[in-house]
Amino acid sequence: MTALIPLTLPDPERDHTSGSADGLIRLLEYGDYECPFCGEVQRIIKEIQQRLGDDLLFAFRNFPLTNIHPHAEHAAEAAEAAGAQGNFWGMHDILFENQRALEDENLAAYAAELGLDETRVIREVTSSVYAQRIREDFRSGARGGVNGTPTFFINGDRYDGEFNLKYLLNALTPHGVEGKKKTRSPSRAQVK
Amino acid sequence: MSTTTTNPSHRSVLSPGTQAPDFSLRCTQDQSVSLSEFRGRPVVLAFYPADWSPVCSGQMALYNEMLDEFQEFQAELLGISVDGTWCHDAFAKQTKLHFPLLADFEPKGAIARAYGVYDEKEGICERAPFVIDADGIIQWSYVSPIGINPGANGILFALEDLKKKTETTALAK
Repeated sequence: MTALIPLTLPDPERDHTSGSADGLIRLLEYGDYECPFCGEVQRIIKEIQQRLGDDLLFAFRNFPLTNIHPHAEHAAEAAEAAGAQGNFWGMHDILFENQRALEDENLAAYAAELGLDETRVIREVTSSVYAQRIREDFRSGARGGVNGTPTFFINGDRYDGEFNLKYLLNALTPHGVEGKKKTRSPSRAQVK
Repeated sequence: MSTTTTNPSHRSVLSPGTQAPDFSLRCTQDQSVSLSEFRGRPVVLAFYPADWSPVCSGQMALYNEMLDEFQEFQAELLGISVDGTWCHDAFAKQTKLHFPLLADFEPKGAIARAYGVYDEKEGICERAPFVIDADGIIQWSYVSPIGINPGANGILFALEDLKKKTETTALAK
């Protein structure tokens, strides 16, 4: 199961991805919707997505730290439930913008706000329909070397630097924006 | 397969194949834990520098989430630092830890010294997880740079290797 997932690279066949599947810069985040550091870094990710455009493929996997973040699991389930109705990223953004309001009734309200079937979202959340998938995300992260949230992998390598725009951009485009094509990992070039 | 990865300055760390020194340490004010009581299943013994320091909280919080993963290998997780039991107690409550934290407190750092992961200069344990097999033999260890949370992948791969090895041995018998 887990062995089939690339642990540190986005898998466009499986993951929630944003940007271009042909993007040569591959950024994978393992995150937790109740983690304040993940919330803060969202702004930077948005900026990076804007700047790199189609050169970037961004993927998000769940890594809920459920002991310290009691709402993280349901929040992750809500994002997956929204994904099943075609709007993972809408829910993803709302959750990070509202990290202090992640009770089930809040999740239902966000689903309604996004025009989703909120009854279905809540039914799926409370019956843990996506628990297996979230566990699979978690297990791949644990084996990939996730050491807290958020953890980023850039073209397969864990990013251990600071979470600010300048450093992250430098790590994503080590040869400058013009030279970014060189950052492509040849072994993964065939991944669609 | 047994490997030890260390910085050059950590040559004293006990290597794979070595019998893990036994110990009996307090984990609460009135309870002690001995390594030998876990004979028959693997033990993840995680030395860490200090309760409350941000990186440690991250590391212990991470391992806390890994309990199900470790359980798949029937492995027991033990955290260990030079902090005393009252400190451990408060830290474990705050971080909602569900595994024992051992107090290598008196004589200070004696067990960390025995494993070769005591930082004499700072007076704290190194950040060093060990995987010990069911017979009490060290199978894997890693000494992480003090400021970097090593994650859990090294431990999980060591446990997987250990499981394969155990299965192969069982088949050969």
